[in-house]
Formats: sequence, C-alpha cells, structure tokens
Amino acid sequence: MRGVAALGESSVGKKILMATTGLILYGFVVGHMVGNLKVFLGPEVFNHYAEGLRVFGDPFFARGQLLWVVRVVLLFAVLVHIGAAVKLWLRSRAARRHPYKKFDNLAFSQASRTMVWGGITILAFVIFHLMHLTWGNVHPDFVHGDAYHNFIAGFRSWPVSLAYIAAMIPLGLHLYHGLWSAFQTMGVNDPNNNQWRRPLAMAIALVVVIGNISFPIAVLSGAIGDDVPAATAVVVE
Amino acid sequence: MELNARIPAGPIQDKWTKHRFDMKLVNPANKRKYSVIVVGSGLAGGAAAATMAELGYEVSCFCYQDSPRRAHSIAAQGGINAAKNYQGDGDSIYRLFYDTVKGGDFRAREANVYRLAELSLAIIDQAVAQGVPFAREYGGYLANRSFGGAQVSRTFYARGQTGQQLLLGCYQALERQIGAGRVKMHNRHEMLELVVVDGRARGIVTRDLISGRIESHVADAVVLCTGGYANVFYLSTNAKGCNVTAAWRAHKKGAGFANPCYTQIHPTSLPPAGDHQSKLTLMSESLRNDGRVWVPKQQGDTRPPGQIPEDERDYYLERYYPSFGNLAPRDIASRRAKEMVDEGRGVGPSGIGVYLDFRDAIQRLGKEVIAERYGNLFDMYANIAGENPYEVPMRIYPAPHYTMGGLWVDYNLMSTIPGLHVGGEANFSDHGANRLGASALMQGLADGYFILPLTLGDYLARGGIDKIDTDHAAFRAAEEAVAERTKKFLSINGKRTVTDIHRELGAILWEYCGMARNAAGLKTALEKIPALREEFWENVRVPGDGQNLNQQLEHAGRLADFLEFGELMCHDALDRDESAGGHFREEHQTEDGEALRNDQDFAHASVWEFKGVGQAPVKHKEELTFENVPLATRSYK
Amino acid sequence: MNLTLHVWRQAGPDAEGRFETYQAEGISEHSSFLEMLDVVNERIIADGGEPIAFDHDCREGICGMCGFLVNGEPHGPLPATTVCQLHMRHYQDGDELWLEPWRATAFPVIRDLAVNRSAFDRIIASGGYISAATGSAPDAHAVPVPKENAEYAMSAAECIGCGACVAACPNASAMLFTAAKVGHLGLLPQGQPERYTRVVDMVATMDEEHFGHCTNHGACQVACPKEISVDYIARLNKDLRTAKIRKSPNIR
Ligand SMILES: Cc1cc2nc3c(=O)[nH]c(=O)nc-3n(C[C@H](O)[C@H](O)[C@H](O)COP(=O)(O)OP(=O)(O)OC[C@H]3O[C@@H](n4cnc5c(N)ncnc54)[C@H](O)[C@@H]3O)c2cc1C
Ligand code: HEM
Ligand code: HEM
Ligand code: SF4
Ligand code: F3S
Ligand code: FES
Repeated sequence: MRGVAALGESSVGKKILMATTGLILYGFVVGHMVGNLKVFLGPEVFNHYAEGLRVFGDPFFARGQLLWVVRVVLLFAVLVHIGAAVKLWLRSRAARRHPYKKFDNLAFSQASRTMVWGGITILAFVIFHLMHLTWGNVHPDFVHGDAYHNFIAGFRSWPVSLAYIAAMIPLGLHLYHGLWSAFQTMGVNDPNNNQWRRPLAMAIALVVVIGNISFPIAVLSGAIGDDVPAATAVVVE
Repeated sequence: MELNARIPAGPIQDKWTKHRFDMKLVNPANKRKYSVIVVGSGLAGGAAAATMAELGYEVSCFCYQDSPRRAHSIAAQGGINAAKNYQGDGDSIYRLFYDTVKGGDFRAREANVYRLAELSLAIIDQAVAQGVPFAREYGGYLANRSFGGAQVSRTFYARGQTGQQLLLGCYQALERQIGAGRVKMHNRHEMLELVVVDGRARGIVTRDLISGRIESHVADAVVLCTGGYANVFYLSTNAKGCNVTAAWRAHKKGAGFANPCYTQIHPTSLPPAGDHQSKLTLMSESLRNDGRVWVPKQQGDTRPPGQIPEDERDYYLERYYPSFGNLAPRDIASRRAKEMVDEGRGVGPSGIGVYLDFRDAIQRLGKEVIAERYGNLFDMYANIAGENPYEVPMRIYPAPHYTMGGLWVDYNLMSTIPGLHVGGEANFSDHGANRLGASALMQGLADGYFILPLTLGDYLARGGIDKIDTDHAAFRAAEEAVAERTKKFLSINGKRTVTDIHRELGAILWEYCGMARNAAGLKTALEKIPALREEFWENVRVPGDGQNLNQQLEHAGRLADFLEFGELMCHDALDRDESAGGHFREEHQTEDGEALRNDQDFAHASVWEFKGVGQAPVKHKEELTFENVPLATRSYK
Repeated sequence: MNLTLHVWRQAGPDAEGRFETYQAEGISEHSSFLEMLDVVNERIIADGGEPIAFDHDCREGICGMCGFLVNGEPHGPLPATTVCQLHMRHYQDGDELWLEPWRATAFPVIRDLAVNRSAFDRIIASGGYISAATGSAPDAHAVPVPKENAEYAMSAAECIGCGACVAACPNASAMLFTAAKVGHLGLLPQGQPERYTRVVDMVATMDEEHFGHCTNHGACQVACPKEISVDYIARLNKDLRTAKIRKSPNIR
C-alpha cells in the first residue's frame, strides 16, 4: 500500500498522522489566540472579527460556509488525532506488561509524560468551552451574535475564569512537547540547528498560554469590559 | 595421522589462482542439496556462513552468545591490514606476505601467508560495500595508519572499534541470509561433541543453553570457527566465554592440534586489581609511543610514584634497549615487565604492574597534544583504574591476548579429519609463532569470505558423502557422552567453585607456561595440572540442574576441557626446545634476551595426536620450507 | 565495602519471579559491577544456592551482552557506560541497590537478569543490511564517501545492540536501535538503493515484535551506553514518510 492511507499501517506512520493533525490543531490554537487578542481593541473590532470569521471567503463562499469547512477539518483532525493517540497508547501498554519495581524516567522533559492525560483534559476543556462561548449552554447570559459581550460576561465569573486558566497548563505542556515531538516525527532534523527545536517549542507554547491567560485576567481585573453592563439579573430557578 | 598440506605447485604468486582452477565445482542447481554446519559466528564463522548461503548451500550456524553479533571479534580495536598501498608508500602483497612470515618468526606456512596477503585487498572492498564506516580523509578516501611498528601505513580502522564494525558488516550479511531462510541460526547453543562417521566429520552435538536440551545436528561437512583459547590462563583479554571446547572435542575425535604453545602476550593491558579480577582489559599499544616504562629501583618501594625521585627510578626498557627503548617488541616488553614484578619491584596495590609514565611527554608536548592523541584511552583508563593518568602514571601489565596455535589445517583449511574445516583463530593459522597487529581480523575474514566457501565446495563436489540422519549410532553415542558429562558435573557437588579452580589453572600456566618458559617449570606444570584436574572431578561444585540457563555448568564444561588442553600446551612448550616468537624458552636466548630459534631441529609445525586423557600425546611434524623469505633472526638492537 | 542487593530472581521464562535480598560483603571498590556480582555468586554457591544469572561476555563495553537496571537506570547511573564497565567506587558502603532485568514484551526474561533479545536480530534480518554478496564488491575507492557522512554513520553504527534503549523507553520502543541502523546505512552511498524498502521493512518487523511506538521521550538516548542521538529517529521518520507516501521514492 502507498500514499497517506499507508501511514496507518505502521506505528511510525500513525505518529506521522498524529503530528500532522496535531499541527493543524496547533495552527488553530495559535491563530485563535491571536484572533482573540482583538478583544483588547474593543467591541466593534472584536465582533467585526467574529463576524469576519463567518463572512470569510465572501463573495466566493456564502456566509459561514468556509467556517464550516474549517470546522469540519478541525473536527476530522481531532478525531484522527485522538484515534491514533488511543491506538498507540494501547500499543505502548502492551509493550510492557510487567512494570518495573524501580524506574527512573530519564526522558528529556517530563512534559512528554503528560501527553495522554493532557490531551484528554484539553478535550474536556474544548467541550466545556464550546458549551460556554459558542453554544452558550453553560453561559450565565449568552447573547447570540455578540461574541464580545459573551466573552466579557463569561469571564466575569471567577470559577469559569479559573477553569480556563487551569486548562492552559495541560495545554501548554501539550503544545511544548507536541511541537518538539512533531519536529522529530516529521523528521525536521538538521544536526546543526537541532538545538533550537526545544527552545522554539517552549517559546510558542508560552506565548499561547500567556496570551490565553491574559483574557480572563484582563476581564477579572476590569482592564477591559467596563463597556459591558454587569449581567442583567440572571434568573436561576 | 598423515599430514598432507596439499600446497599447490608453482610459483607462490600463482598458487591460489591455479588452485581455484583445479578445485571441483558444485553445480549451482545442486548446491542446496548440500548442508554445512558452521560453528562460530565471528569474523571467520559469520563470513563463511553468510557466503556459503549466498552460494546456495544449506547452512546452519551456531554460537554460544545470544546473538551472532556478539562474537569476540567485536572487541578488536586497532585495525585490519591490507596491502592496498592506497598511501603509495611502497606496500605490496609481497611486502605484507614478507612481513607476516618474518613477524611469525618463520614458523608459518609460506603458501598460506601469501594467499592471506593476496586476499587482504578483496576484504576491504567487501567490507566497504557492506557499509563498514572505515575512517576517511576529507577527500572521501579511506584513511590508513601504521600499526605495530610496520614500516608502511596499511592498517584500516573505524575509530577504536574496527572489529565491531567488521563483525557487524559480516553479521548483517549473515542476518540477510537468515531472513531469507538460507541460514538456520542457533543462538545460545554450545557445541559439546563432534560426530565422525566413516572417518568423515558429519555433525555436532549441542546443548541448548536455555532449555538444556541436548541436540544432534547432521550435515555433509562441519566448519569450526570457534576462536582462540587464551582463556586457559583464566585472566586474558578475551571475552569470558571464549573457550577451547569445540576445538578440543574435535582434537579428541582425531583432529591434530598444532603448536598449542604459541600464545601471544600483549604488553599493555591494565593490571589485575585484586582477586576479584575476572578478565583483563587491553590498552592500545600506541601508548608506548609517548609513555615511558619504569619501576622503582628498590624492591617493595610503596611510595606513591610522584614521591620517587628520578634517580630511584629504573627505566628498564630504555636501559636494556637503548635504540628501541619503550618501543621494544610485544614479547620482549612483556617479559621484562614480568621480571620486574618477580624481582618484587612491581607497582600498584597488588604489586603486579609497571608504570607507563606520560609526565615527560606532557611536559614536552603539552597536555592538549597528549589528550588529542590518547584522550579516549586515558578516559577508559581513568574509568577502570580510578586514577587520572594525566597526573599519576598509568599502571600496565602484560596479558594473554591471542593464540597462534590451533587445529592443524591443510591449504584447504581442512583438518586431519576429512570434512572438518577450521577457520579464524581456531586454526593454527598463518601467523606462525607470533601474530602481527591487525592481522587476525584479516585472516578471519580471508578464511570466511574467500577460502572456506570455495574449498568446502571442492570437498563436497568430490562426493563420497552418503546420506545419514541423526538416528545414526554415532550421534546417539555422542549425545550419551554429553548427557553423561553433564550429569557428572552436577553430581560431584564438592567444595570448590568452577571459577576458583579455573583461577588456579590460570595461575599455574601463567607462572610456568606464560611469557617465559623453562624445562623445569614446564615439568612442574605437567605435574600440577593433572593433579588439579583430578581435584576438579572430585571437588568441584556445580549448582542447579541441566534443565535451564546454568552458567556455572557451561563454565564447568569449558574448564574441564582447559584442564586437559593446558597439559598439551605444556607438553608442546617443553618439546619445542627453542625460542620462537611468542614461545620463549629461557634456555634459548641471546645475551640481550632475544628469542633464539633453532631452525635446524624446529623449522616445523608440531601437530599433536590425542591418545587419551593423561596419556602422552603423539607428535607429528609438518616441515616448513622457506623458498621466498630467507630465514633470518630478528634484532632490535 | 558492603552493600545490600535486591535482585530479581526468576527460575525460568514461565516461572513466577520475585525480589530476593543479598548482602554483598567485602567488595573492593576497584571491582566492576559484574565482578561484585561474581563475588556474591561465589558466596551463594558456597551456601548451596543457585547463583544469580546475568548475561555478559566481553566485559569491555563492546559486545552488548550485559545489561540490567540498577536502581531504575539501565546500565546504572554513569553516562556512556555499560554495567560491565561500571566500577564499584561509584557506590558508597551501605548502599542499597535494586537489580531488575530489561522489561519489555519483546524481551522475555530467560532467567533472573537475563532476557531474550532475539527480536533485535529479526529487525536486522528484515532489512538492516546492504545486499552485497561476497565477491560482488568494486574497489573500496570506487565510491568516495564524504568524511562527514562516514563519521555520522559511524556514530550510529556504534550501537552495541544491548537493549538499554528499549528498557529505558516508557513505551518499550525499539526506535533508537532501529533508527541507528537505518541511519548508519542510509547515510552511505552504498546504502541508497535499499534505503526506502529497508526502513519500511525494519519498522514493520519492529511493530510485529511488540515493541512500543516512539513518543519522543528521549530516555533512550540518555540510557544508551554509546550515546546514540535521537536525531537518527527523526531521520528514520522522514525516510519512512517518504517511503510510504511516494510511489517511487528513489526517483526524484
Ligand atoms: C581485546 C582484543 C583486541 C584485538 N584487536 C585486534 C586488532 O586490532 N586487529 C586484529 O587483527 N586482531 C585483533 N584481535 C584478535 C582478533 O579479534 C581475533 O583473533 C579474531 O576476531 C577471532 O575471530 P574468530 O572468528 O576466529 O573467532 P571469534 O570472533 O572469537 O568467534 C568465535 C565464535 O565461536 C563461537 N563459539 C566458540 N566456542 C563455541 C562452542 N563451543 N559452541 C558454539 N559456538 C562456539 C562463539 O560464539 C563465537 O561466535 C584482538 C583480540 C582481542 C581479544
Ligand atoms: C488543541 C488541540 C491539540 C493540539 C494542538 C495537539 C497537538 C499535538 C501535537 C503537535 C502532538 C505531537 C505529535 C507527535 O508526536 O509528533 C500531539 C501528540 C499527542 N496528542 Fe495532541 N493535540 C491536541 C489535542 C489532543 C487531544 C484532544 C488529545 C486527546 C487524547 C491529544 C493526545 C495526544 C497524544 C496522546 C499525543 C502523543 C504524544 C506524542 O506522540 O508525542 N491531543 N498533540
Ligand atoms: C482563554 C482562552 C480562550 C478564549 C478567550 C477563547 C474564546 C473563544 C470565543 C470568544 C469563541 C467564540 C467565537 C465565536 O463564536 O465567534 C471561541 C470559539 C472556539 N474556541 Fe476558543 N477561546 C480560548 C481558548 C481556546 C482553546 C485553548 C481552544 C482549543 C484547544 C479553543 C477552541 C475553540 C473552538 C473549537 C471554538 C469554536 C470555533 C467555531 O466557532 O467553530 N479555544 N473561543
Ligand atoms: S541504541 Fe544504544 S541502548 Fe539501544 S541497543 Fe544500541 S547501544 Fe544499546
Ligand atoms: S525513549 Fe522511547 S519514546 Fe522514543 S525517543 Fe526514545 S524511543
Ligand atoms: S559484557 Fe560486553 S558489553 Fe558488557
């Protein structure tokens, strides 16, 4: 067998699929963080951006179409990524049935050990996050179409903000080892420059994490959002 | 036992070519109908097995390690010689041939040595084609160094791991055939008997070291490439498992054993640190280029070297050999070191060892230069000895390293048992009484890649080998014998451990049949060894059973054979009433301690016939003639 | 010096194993780790027991036969050192040591500290070679090889096949071992013709032999007595990708 499908055959191939899909998700996370920075530029800019996401590709695509294409790609990536992760994780379990009594993990960085659980928490986070800011099911006062409002109002709640901040830790670790690991898996390897791969992975992960954390903090500290009135009496029966 | 060397007629340059033409060939279609057993997966065995499988024979290969890649060839460091003359410094096949015959102190067979030199070229080509990463120059061409005092740079090397890289190339060729189903590999199988049927070698009996199963294997011919026997000394630079068992079993079945007394002692090994010492580690001889060898002038001087003033140091090599100094040849440097220790002037915690001092070299050239030249060796020393050789002089001592003696073979590498071929260090080889550095790898590969596959074909093509299987009475008997021995070992249940007795045997041989030998000492050894053998059979303790991995049982079997073989070694050393190469009889030396050959009476290979344990072996002679290299004496003055 | 050893004892491949405690007494600091075990074994035999089985042969750090974990580290704590070259002076009197065999489904225990590493041979047999039948070779100087390539290939070829990489890997992956061979041969001109079939076949065998996959932990490189770099793993991954995706990888 040849072609991309052939990758599924071998453990190394599965890793290449993971890396590719991982990098797609990676791209989204980075872009998403950058996009969200517009929240500091006020409601108009931010909502315009949110709207922009939907009219992107216009007039070629009808409103929301391209966004859906992106969503499908992301969803597909997540599924392949997780699928491969699960298969490989089972393989690694089977490869050492009898555990060591004493075992020093000599790994370059302990981040590599958090990938599976980190991934799972990220998954959990994303689901919560969608219910929170995209569908609004868990949002105290969700206003369709007003991303900026939802954003500010959403992060005004301490527990929610803390949850976001907490979620950024596994994400950061996942991105850090993920990128370095992807370099290896994709064979991005040049003995003369290899020493830069780790710092680069670390830097990008930090940027994403700090950027993401800045949002809840900015809202809680009141640095942004005074233009959004306090939640109009939320009715909670 | 008649010895027919089967040396082809004609001028030495044409013998091998002519012989290749005269040999019978097996029709390609018929090759797979012939089966061959190869015992040993080192350079010689691995190369022979792989090549014969490539030719189409049905091959099965055996080794006692868990993988063919671990054969002791892996440990070779320095390099491999070849008369490529890539450096254009005047090397030639003839020069390599000449150097080897002379280096062997005129106790090797000219025709074989010439063929070895001839084949050395093809070995390098083959290794490079297999991907052996030899050292290269910036131009992309192969690098060479001059080794062991050779006048030309003909040694090819791969860092300090030449043997490893050559063996891996050979191992990969072998694995390729195993993968293709053309070689059946038997790891962790030890050959314990040779099976001879109607005067021909037809198979072996092995013990599966994991399950303990005793198995028979039949074939049309058997090849032994089972390495050297330096471990008879207990402490040697050889791997712990190296043994004489395969060769000795063959000898007991009628194969003549040639020149067992020819052993090579390497002058620069790390000294034993105490009773726990289990083997000795080699340090490259190149260290002697810059290191100065000395011991304190007064006996039992326990001061640390730094506190021993210059005028109380005895740079004995420089004293004895003003011109050669610290670069005196292996055997001479080794003997002098032992003298110093015997005089009670040895150094180090055990008092066994002499200093190899780099102080002056560091003062002269600077630490950087020395580090650059010997850095990795210094690190290795520091790791093992726990001392920093940049500050404290190294301690070195000679160690048994290589054995030139082995099963006698004719020009076809066939022993005195038809069908039993022998290659590599296991045969009495092309090195005469002394082997030149970087020549053993060459010989193992020449035998394995280029000689055995052809001469075996000739043997098989000549026919007369009838089909038999392992139900044959001879196999049953051999299995019985092995089972019996195994049972015996396990049932003695005495007081002494195998190691303990092996250590004692080693001490006896080191003392009386080591670097320097004399009639009186050898006679003493010939009394002590049988006594020790008796004690072994009454008082050894081999724990456990034969049903699974039992390393004590393996060792016991090997020691039992060493205890018989050691006696033959001393017999030969006593009988060879001359000094030649590695065999130094104190009675025969020039006034400056040089080996004094007796070409009148000893220009022959002594081939011993087994007559029974404890019985005097019978000697046969292969007279050696030197038509191309005139007999001459070495001189290092 | 005196030490306390907790050693994994297992009578045979199918037998149950457990840790047994032994006192190593009067050990010379000059002795190697294996010589220390020799001394312990001599004692065990004298007391009528069965000695601890451990693989070893050259005791020079080159044959790759020895190897087990000392306190959770393959070949013990020293970098670039096999356990046969590890000396007791690196331990203190009274130390407590745990000795455990390589643990991997692909490396079944034979006895005590000795495991079966034949899976490595099968990986090599499936492609870890250059098909150059004896006698087929051109002159060694026919193809010059850049010194850089020869050196980089050599650094991979130094692998001694000990299995410490598998033992150290949280996934019991054989990637470093396999990548070292793929790297060694793939860096040389002689190795090009079989470059892409080699990597596919060797990885397939690695999977069949029940080794885990590589998640780029890097523990293998740290444990490797020859300090083989995980950079070779990146090379392998790239070659495999090319081999799998391109129809005819050799034709560019
Ligand atoms: C430390 C050291 C350094 C050296 N350096 C150099 C050097 O730089 N240059 C050089 O030219 N030479 C060197 N030599 C010598 C050279 O390495 C050996 O002479 C040569 O490798 C021997 O190869 P071989 O194939 O004959 O035997 P080996 O490589 O010893 O192979 C023996 C094989 O036989 C098998 N075997 C043995 N007994 C049995 C049995 N009873 N049953 C089943 N299988 C058995 C073993 O498993 C093994 O596979 C060195 C030797 C040593 C010890
Ligand atoms: C924002 C989403 C995610 C991103 C950006 C991401 C990114 C990555 C990247 C780049 C890798 C490296 C692939 C490689 O090894 O070469 C990786 C590996 C991995 N991911 Fe994700 N991932 C994400 C979500 C998930 C999820 C939801 C899971 C759920 C289980 C997960 C589990 C794993 C696992 C187990 C690995 C293997 C570790 C490794 O092979 O090094 N990831 N991820
Ligand atoms: C604190 C950090 C984050 C903030 C402030 C944030 C904010 C938002 C907002 C406001 C939306 C709604 C956009 C809209 O509907 O127009 C959104 C959607 C989304 N976010 Fe985030 N996000 C954060 C982190 C993340 C992370 C880490 C991930 C993934 C790992 C993620 C994945 C998504 C997804 C998948 C959507 C849905 C996009 C779509 O409409 O399809 N977000 N996010
Ligand atoms: S890669 Fe290193 S650890 Fe793995 S087998 Fe080779 S030498 Fe041993
Ligand atoms: S530790 Fe294991 S995960 Fe890969 S990098 Fe080494 S094989
Ligand atoms: S015993 Fe050979 S590497 Fe340790």
